[in-house]
Amino acid sequence: MNAIKSTRRVAMGLLAAASASFATQSIAGSHGIDLAGKTVEWVIPFSETGGSAKWANFYAPLLSEALPGDPRVRYEYGDWNVVLASGTGGVAYLPPDLAGKMNGMDASALRDTDFIYGSQGATRLDLVPLLAWEMLGLNVEPVFGIKGRGDGRLMFERGEANIDYQTSSSFLKGVTPLVEDGTAVPMMSWGALDADGNIVRDPTFPDMPTFKEVCEATDGCETSGEQWDAWKAFFIAGFPAQKMVFLPAGASNDAIVTYTAAFEAVKARADFAEISAGRLGKYPQMTGDEAKGALDSATQVPDSAKNFVVGWLKDRYGVSLN
Amino acid sequence: MDLFSVALPALSDAANLILQPIVLGYLVLGVVMGLCIGVFPGLGGIAGLSLLLPFMFGMDPVLGLALMIGMVAVVPTSDTFASVLMGIPGSSASQATVLDGFPLAKKGEAARALSAAFASSLFGGLVGAAFLTVFILVARPIVLEFRTPELLMITIFGLSMVGILAGRVPLKGIVAAGLGMMVGTIGEGDSAGELRMATYDMPYLVDGLKLVIVGLGIFAIPEIVALLRQDRAISETSVLGGGWMAGVRDWFANIWLSVRCSIIGVVVGVIPGLGGSVVDWIAYGHAVQTTKDKTKFGSGEIRGVIGPESSNNAKEGGGLVPTLLFGIPGSGSMAIFIGAIALLGSGNIEVGPSMLKNNLDITYSIVWLLALANVVGTVICIAASGGIARLTTIPFGLLAPFLFMIISFAAFQSGQDIMDLVALFAIGLLGILMRRFDWSRPAFLIGFVLSNPAETYANQAVQIARSRFRKGFEDGIDYIFSPIVIVLVIITVVSVVVGLRQAKTIMAEGEVNSGSKRAPLIFLLAVLAYLVIAYTNAAMIPDYAAADRVFPAFVAGVSILGCLVLVIQMMMKPETDAMFADRETTDRSENAHGLWPTLAWFAGLLILTSLVGFILALAIFLVAFIRFRAGKSWFYAALYAALGIAFMCGMAGLLNRDFPPGLLQSFVDLPWPLT
Repeated sequence: MNAIKSTRRVAMGLLAAASASFATQSIAGSHGIDLAGKTVEWVIPFSETGGSAKWANFYAPLLSEALPGDPRVRYEYGDWNVVLASGTGGVAYLPPDLAGKMNGMDASALRDTDFIYGSQGATRLDLVPLLAWEMLGLNVEPVFGIKGRGDGRLMFERGEANIDYQTSSSFLKGVTPLVEDGTAVPMMSWGALDADGNIVRDPTFPDMPTFKEVCEATDGCETSGEQWDAWKAFFIAGFPAQKMVFLPAGASNDAIVTYTAAFEAVKARADFAEISAGRLGKYPQMTGDEAKGALDSATQVPDSAKNFVVGWLKDRYGVSLN
Repeated sequence: MDLFSVALPALSDAANLILQPIVLGYLVLGVVMGLCIGVFPGLGGIAGLSLLLPFMFGMDPVLGLALMIGMVAVVPTSDTFASVLMGIPGSSASQATVLDGFPLAKKGEAARALSAAFASSLFGGLVGAAFLTVFILVARPIVLEFRTPELLMITIFGLSMVGILAGRVPLKGIVAAGLGMMVGTIGEGDSAGELRMATYDMPYLVDGLKLVIVGLGIFAIPEIVALLRQDRAISETSVLGGGWMAGVRDWFANIWLSVRCSIIGVVVGVIPGLGGSVVDWIAYGHAVQTTKDKTKFGSGEIRGVIGPESSNNAKEGGGLVPTLLFGIPGSGSMAIFIGAIALLGSGNIEVGPSMLKNNLDITYSIVWLLALANVVGTVICIAASGGIARLTTIPFGLLAPFLFMIISFAAFQSGQDIMDLVALFAIGLLGILMRRFDWSRPAFLIGFVLSNPAETYANQAVQIARSRFRKGFEDGIDYIFSPIVIVLVIITVVSVVVGLRQAKTIMAEGEVNSGSKRAPLIFLLAVLAYLVIAYTNAAMIPDYAAADRVFPAFVAGVSILGCLVLVIQMMMKPETDAMFADRETTDRSENAHGLWPTLAWFAGLLILTSLVGFILALAIFLVAFIRFRAGKSWFYAALYAALGIAFMCGMAGLLNRDFPPGLLQSFVDLPWPLT
């Protein structure tokens, strides 16, 4: 399963693309190029409409202010050194008529609805929502081929899709106005991790039930067992450390220190908490060892979870991963 | 009507925001920067905006907007220079301008063509802004009416323009479009991620080919090579006729065409998902259909310039609707624009659904800054057009190496991969052959551009319709045959019927004599062979990923049938038939150099680049070319090369770009720019 890895490479490509005028430019073009002659290569064309772009756009200018000089780092692809890991969350939402069918947190009344969901592809981050909805017993048909989550929202707004999810930053910006207009109703958030690794309410959306709560309230949805473990593993891999900034393996220690210091300087800005809450949501922005830890937890998906998802993708969508 | 009570105060707020000397100063600064970058083919808004991005953080919103919009707005204006003067589509917005603009330049009427184009651009920009001022208030619900079936129909309507541009043998045009669509399917499928005509061993192909590369390859390289072989200046006459006033008069005489094409531009630009790459073709098609004497199209009809140029600036205005109201950028440059807006001021301007409610004054400022930037840009361009038109009198041998340098650099920017140059060369070769055998290159390009939307929308529409039909027959029918779809079907059918009837009289690329049977037949068989391989490749995609198989298999199947009919016709018809058009026969008397030696120069640059990196290769190439091909002295050649490389480094340094590295660079660490 390299989907998650790729998501991150997408983010790097994006960071480079969106901010081609400062030094991280040296990782430009990283999307689509082999990491280190590994077995499977996913190339994920990133979209300008998605949360990754917002994330990169948020950081690019801050970093360019904090970074001294203009170092050009020459590199070969290999092991990347993580210098920033950002957390995020996700929110699923429904049109008001369908949301009205939910009995509190019990989603079982939605089981006779044919759902359409605009998806970028089952093997990508969309795995988390698709598996969650399936666990609730919902009949969701993904329509593949949209270019980013922004297009998914548009499909929802046009009434073609009747269920959707957005990452937190996109939800804040794109869906909140719809909620205020009464054309969309949040269904649940994916939640956030507490220090002990438990799923708790997302600090950005404290009033929204988490998927865990909805699952517990819905008949036939279990918050334990193989399926749940797989969902949780992929949630952890996908969200609490979703976007990362890497430096290439060839980067000197100096460069790593410089970048780490630059991101720390960004975080240390007096106005950081304020400006990031509105744009990214209230999530940890990790640097240094913290970032390394986040990288480990994100890449170390247990084999049992991987195997489950590989089997599930094959049965449900006929996609084989090898 | 409360529409006005909302709009008027916001409009006057916007006017107060814009009409300050400092704002106008920033706007002019942006326009000048945009002109400097946009004038080079292949470089456009993305390069320019990424240059500005670092300065945006915390900047006063109106000043930042003025700077950025000034830059974005003039790109479709300034890229007209390359289209008209060199026959190189400066960006996807001015592809159709090449068809008639370049022949005019060859006739020595470059200044007339340019000023007509600029006048049309200006007018289109203003019409677009005026239309948007009212429309933006009611746009949201209307745009949401364009669901997937409607988007699919617009794509098909765009494809129907192939009918007009197909050339003398319509079937060849259709096969060319099919080939373009097949090239467009190369890479990972959108639905299930299956590979078509690509392998993971070549990651470059997995992403598919970029429009910049295909556009430059299919139009620019063949023109450059052809001119180089003839070894003369672009203009056939040394006396440049038709000053800039003539062009403005031409535009005024066709003002209604300009109005209609502007409206086409705004309307198509407003629809999210299609981008602007078809607008100029639709406008060109419209210009052809509404002109009584169609014989001059392709050999210098001024209406063929006015139509697309009116539409492409209007499109920029229309493109603001999906960008500002939905937060869905219509293009790469709009994506950066969105990102940059969020950086302005305290970051409280949020593009998206809340834009109209909270920031209507800013929205109007953006719309009218765009219009103002068009005015400023046009005035500068018209003033410059007379002088710049003189470029067409320079011996082409001196211009060509510079152009090769620029387009190689531009191509490399699309993927930052040496394979970009290989792809450019390969597509360029295809373009040269298509030009030689009179296969419609516009048809190929339309096919390429619309391949991905056609496939994706078709798959999605089928899937969603299926779900609706499960709910009930009526639900499904309502979804597929909405009033908008029905109107679009009627327009498309009329346009195809009318187009095919007229196609024979329109030689989009001038007259071509017929030669012997052998060469055209070999090319046809090569095309057929590719299509058969692509068909087989698509047919092998397993059932679970059928969505990635249907489109390429269908298009390849139809194109193969077309090829087979052509083969049979070729066997039946005499050598003199239009089917055997071969430009080598027509131009034989004019060509001072052979095709292959000329092409070898470019291939040499490519091979050298892969060995020693771009800058070193460029130095060798420039010196050798000027010395041996253009026949100048060693000193002249060295000076030329030094200036060329200084220019290239200045450009790359400014944009903070790298150059393609070669084998040498993997052994030795060299300082920039040699890396």
